[in-house]
Amino acid sequence: MPPNFAELKSAAQQRQQELSSKPWIRVGTALCGKAAGADAVIAALKSELQKRHMQATISEVGCLGPCFAEPLVDVSAPNTPRVVYHNVTPEMACHIVQSHLVHHKPAADLALGVVDAGGVMPGLAKLADHPMMKGQVRIALRNAGHVDPMDIYQYIANDGYAALHKALTSMTAEQVREQVTKSGLRGRGGAAFPTGTKWNFLAVSKQPVKYVLVNCEEGDPGAFNDKGILESDPHSLLEGLILSGYATGAIKGYVFIRHGHEGPIDRTWKAIDQAYELGLLGKNILGSNFGFDAEVALTGDSYVAGEETALMEAIEGKRSMPRYRPPFPAQVGLFGKPSNINNVKTLSYVPQIILKGGDWFASIGQDKSKGTAILCLSGDLKYTGLMEVPLGVTMRHVIENMAGGSRSGKRIKVLQTGGPLGGVLSGDGMDIALDFEVMAKAGAILGSGGIIAADESTCVVDLTRNLVAFCQYESCGKCFPCRTGMSHLLEVLERICRFEGTAQDLELMRSVGQSMQAGSLCGHGQLGFNPVSSALKFFGSEFDQHLRDKVCPTGRCNEPWNPPVKTRRY
Amino acid sequence: MTSTAQSIRDRVRKAIKGQKQKTVTVLSCLLAVEDELGWIPAEAVEEVAEFTEATINDVWGVVSFYTNFQTQPLGKHRMEVCWGPTCHLVGAQKVADQVLKSLGLPSEGTTADGAITLRYNTCLGACSNAPVVSVDHHLMGRMTPSHAADAAERLKRGESIGGGHAS
Repeated sequence: MPPNFAELKSAAQQRQQELSSKPWIRVGTALCGKAAGADAVIAALKSELQKRHMQATISEVGCLGPCFAEPLVDVSAPNTPRVVYHNVTPEMACHIVQSHLVHHKPAADLALGVVDAGGVMPGLAKLADHPMMKGQVRIALRNAGHVDPMDIYQYIANDGYAALHKALTSMTAEQVREQVTKSGLRGRGGAAFPTGTKWNFLAVSKQPVKYVLVNCEEGDPGAFNDKGILESDPHSLLEGLILSGYATGAIKGYVFIRHGHEGPIDRTWKAIDQAYELGLLGKNILGSNFGFDAEVALTGDSYVAGEETALMEAIEGKRSMPRYRPPFPAQVGLFGKPSNINNVKTLSYVPQIILKGGDWFASIGQDKSKGTAILCLSGDLKYTGLMEVPLGVTMRHVIENMAGGSRSGKRIKVLQTGGPLGGVLSGDGMDIALDFEVMAKAGAILGSGGIIAADESTCVVDLTRNLVAFCQYESCGKCFPCRTGMSHLLEVLERICRFEGTAQDLELMRSVGQSMQAGSLCGHGQLGFNPVSSALKFFGSEFDQHLRDKVCPTGRCNEPWNPPVKTRRY
Repeated sequence: MTSTAQSIRDRVRKAIKGQKQKTVTVLSCLLAVEDELGWIPAEAVEEVAEFTEATINDVWGVVSFYTNFQTQPLGKHRMEVCWGPTCHLVGAQKVADQVLKSLGLPSEGTTADGAITLRYNTCLGACSNAPVVSVDHHLMGRMTPSHAADAAERLKRGESIGGGHAS
């Protein structure tokens, strides 16, 4: 007999108290932390604690957000403030143990900020006052960096599975869908389709076997928020997934992740295993009549596998090429059964929406863009990383204030948003709001939330060549306008970058782009001309300089260009 | 049948049977084989076809589609250099050029002694700490050409490298 929810909650609170009663060190080991050297820091912390015969818990947590400052080490102990230390090296880790845990004196010079001062700490700034953290509204990321993603009790202690309990004990499936519709939540995978409407499409199907699928293919270069959520707080996603199953009458969920990303994969599996152990997955969840199963499905390297019908092909084990629509997935989906596909971010909002109500979520954001944007900031920025801001704030605020502007101090020249197919924006156009409609009108998309910023040393023609090389490499080959069109675009751009372009090249590219848009089955081909068209719109003169004057104003195109050459796939 | 071929088949079968998830497909089997061997030998294609009741052609179709599958044995160590737009903007090309030079390779591939395989990757996922290189699946962020040269030299000497900010 699985424990009831009250028992789970009290066990979770007890666990939380145990953790807080002795020194607790959290180290960020998401992809960002690992790339910055978190593993070596953990080894140093362990050996230092052992040397000093000290008892402390070391938790591998996910991404707190300020990736530029990784490795981050977050130290708390009874009667001392909780402090986050930045850019920690193994040597610094030893010093932090000595200073913070032995002498009870936080190492102020190494601190990024205090999380919970429990009083005033002279010389230490609050983490919440850091430019990158200030103004964030964290819903999907509320636990990121704070809870151990491998410990379900820490999630439960922070309101976890309370929404599922609420839904199963006091709401019908229809009422859950009503709240999601009322919240104004729209898909965060790129298309921004209303989530409640999508769920209704699946709910009306009377077939006994229906599936809900989570898309964490996330092949967009510059996007790491889906992986970030799975690495930081996989139970948020899992609870959202179970709720979507309850709301739509689905019997099973698949979390679709790209093979090779061990962090998100292992942590999601662990979350699923723990949920089964505690009766939150399987038959009769929390003693109700509702049963639901979940598992991880992996894909190989293929960007198009993130397209919803190609995703289903990949779960079925085939080449991930898009299907014709209709029939739509809600009618004929995975293994021929009605299916819904949602992005990780979208589902991670759902538990809080059910707990606090659709109206609460709809009060955040503006117009038809409700809730928050989960952004991945990378490139020539002072503060890079993961953040969650209310929709409606301006791009300028995010780039200049929260991300601190460019690292070099030079002007931000170009922003690449929403993945390679999203196109580029001029740094002069940053006064637009983060809003699905406003961004689309400006010729860009918010898409998956990736924002790559580049300063004045960047050649836009070279950047466009890189984006098109990606799109060409990743075309699945099913539709010839995309398959051959991308290759032609790349060929022309490579020629322009070698200063061998001809006067007709721009017109040639436009004509290829038109064919791609008209003759491709999925977004990859339909939007594949966006990088070129948006670059031409904002930076046409730079193309002219390459074509007419045979010069690259930044000199970037004088350097070698060796992209990977791929001839397989098709 | 040689003993090497037999041992490959044994490892492939074990990998295919040891999958955790309930939904077992051609792709999931191939990914399990890749985890075990690093590459997809012809024997594995046969085993996967038999296990999933697919045709050899079906399996080859999947192998040839996903760019992670390699049909030649890889080097003992694997280096991947990211060329996604963020990495590209902050110096990935120079990092890649330096790695090629250090390993004595003209482009992606395996060194003559079979020790190190270099591949490019479209996005390793740690964009906030670009440029990124991965060595034997350990991520290394904020790379410079000299850090990359250092990592390549250490690999050539047979040292193992943990992840992190090379210094």
